[in-house]
Amino acid sequence: MKLNRRVFLGTASAAAAALSAPAVMGQARPRVVVIGGGSGGGTAARYLATDSDGALDVTLIEPSRMYYTCYFSNLYMGGFWDFDKLGHDYGNMALRGVNIIHDWAMAVDRDAQTVTLGSGGKVSYDRLVVSPGIDFVDGAVPGWDVSKQSLMPHAYKSGTQAQLLKAQVENMREGGTYCMVAPPNPYRCPPGPYERISMVAHVLSERNPTAKILIVDPKENFSKQGLFEEGWQTHYPGMVERIGPDFGGDRVEVRPDEMEVIIDGMVEKVDVCNVIPAQKAGKIAELAGLTNDAGWAPVKPEDMRSLMDDNVFVLGDASQQGAMPKSGFSANSQAKVVSNVIRGELTGSRVFPARYSNTCWSLIATNDGVKVGASYEPGAEQIESVSSFISQTGEDAELRRQTFEESIGWYNGIVADIFG
Amino acid sequence: MPKHSLLALLMAGAVFAPAAAIAQAVPIGNPVAGAELYQYECAACHQIGEDAEHRIGPHLNRIFDRRAGSHAEFRYSEALARQGRDGLHWDFVRLDAYIENPRSLVSGTNMAYPGLEDPVERADLIAFIRAFSDQPQNIPEAAPTAFAPEVRLPPEVLAIEGDPEYGAFLSAECTTCHQRSGAHAGIPGIVGWPEEDFVVAMHAYKKRLRPHEVMQNLAQRLDDEEIAALAAYFAKLGRD
Repeated sequence: MKLNRRVFLGTASAAAAALSAPAVMGQARPRVVVIGGGSGGGTAARYLATDSDGALDVTLIEPSRMYYTCYFSNLYMGGFWDFDKLGHDYGNMALRGVNIIHDWAMAVDRDAQTVTLGSGGKVSYDRLVVSPGIDFVDGAVPGWDVSKQSLMPHAYKSGTQAQLLKAQVENMREGGTYCMVAPPNPYRCPPGPYERISMVAHVLSERNPTAKILIVDPKENFSKQGLFEEGWQTHYPGMVERIGPDFGGDRVEVRPDEMEVIIDGMVEKVDVCNVIPAQKAGKIAELAGLTNDAGWAPVKPEDMRSLMDDNVFVLGDASQQGAMPKSGFSANSQAKVVSNVIRGELTGSRVFPARYSNTCWSLIATNDGVKVGASYEPGAEQIESVSSFISQTGEDAELRRQTFEESIGWYNGIVADIFG
Repeated sequence: MPKHSLLALLMAGAVFAPAAAIAQAVPIGNPVAGAELYQYECAACHQIGEDAEHRIGPHLNRIFDRRAGSHAEFRYSEALARQGRDGLHWDFVRLDAYIENPRSLVSGTNMAYPGLEDPVERADLIAFIRAFSDQPQNIPEAAPTAFAPEVRLPPEVLAIEGDPEYGAFLSAECTTCHQRSGAHAGIPGIVGWPEEDFVVAMHAYKKRLRPHEVMQNLAQRLDDEEIAALAAYFAKLGRD
């Protein structure tokens, strides 16, 4: 009994000593917690773990065991990409030293520097990276909410929704109408809705050539508009009609149970309806108190650090950083900047000036790929676009095929960069 | 192309570069000053912003990236319409040239405006107008919102602490042309510059990014330490 007591006391005092020891002792590695395992968070977690060579304790909190990329989910709908090839697991990331917790981040206590998990546990951090992607704005399209997403899929977070929408398009009645309610700015993947239109048109032109496509759009114009419209005219003549705000595209509601879309008071019966509502930062960013009135998390242009908290960084679609579009490429690019900065702060490694870039490829039809891209620099207030390029209308077929092949190369590259 | 006009502005003495971080995008201009200028220079004919309509001139919402003369419902001069058909699109360089002297870009334009001589004022005005066109976060191919920083220096070069005494010695080569008093006539003043701006400018000459043969040649034989020393010296001279 005495011996036990002595052992107990000895252990306790050793533990107390360890607790009071400074981090430089080595036992307590600085802790970085990453919320969200997509293109932003996944890249950040991987780079933090591998580049710090074990000097950082990196934890990734991501509820899904399998991540399905949003990018290339349109190609899957068009029959140009396999569903299985959209999915990526976290095995390699774990092997690279990231502690993966498959759970929801329910709350962030920024004073205590802890994240509460859905299972009730808490994870503490020295630096927090928040990369939750998007959520939809409640009531953005009257009549629609997530309880109606089986009748009118958004298919804007990939996975099962993409499968569902693809099946609905393929099984649409002959001569039926596919309707897309397009989102207002800003939203993830600016050319995404219009690439989807192209892919749906591709499927319908082969299976159901008398079908119609109707886009109800609150925006005056959209990315790569000239390229898409030229492509629709060439490949799918007469199939696509777009109603912009001048004809009520910004005054739309839906009745999912009746499969009706009401555009500026006029009722349209449709057969498939793809509702992509207005967007905001993923819920956890809001719960953590990182968002502004617009629903996005504002960050500093030089390092994506939250304006609300110096220990927190927000990446990708959820952030409000300025001129970069919300895209997987942007998030991946931002994550590398953040990883470099956090390692510098916690391990003393060298910090380099931010370099940001983005390219978005889109497929219009078989072997007809286009792209848009830009480079970005931090400005005083926000990230600025300093140069941009875009595919030209009237390009020859060979160049378009090359652009499409380049996009496949990019996809394989970015998923290897994150999950490989 | 925007780079050239930026360099022109820098040559003209208009340095907007904020001193804080060096690899920072350079703003087009000051949109707040531009808003005020717009009222004086443009608003009598051109509306801009929510619910803007064509008046004497077309409204200027989404002017960037727009083909000249492309509002179907506005009656343009034949000269402007023809330029549009020939491919004139509005970007920073073209707007800058047009505002400087409308007739030199489009002879025969109906725009009865004498032109705005000051490049800084033009840049401010264009910075203001830019905000009413497409934003790159929504339309990635939209016109740039700023200029790239002219030269990117590794942080360790920027971190070199200049030795002002050595700088005083080296400065003899500079003060043959640039007056120690800071007076500038024909040759720009270099006294009292923020050190980082000075370092960046000298490296831009060294890399021949800034045009001026004399400065390019002088900069060639200055190493990183010497440029830092000169920057320290001339900054100090401005404070004394």
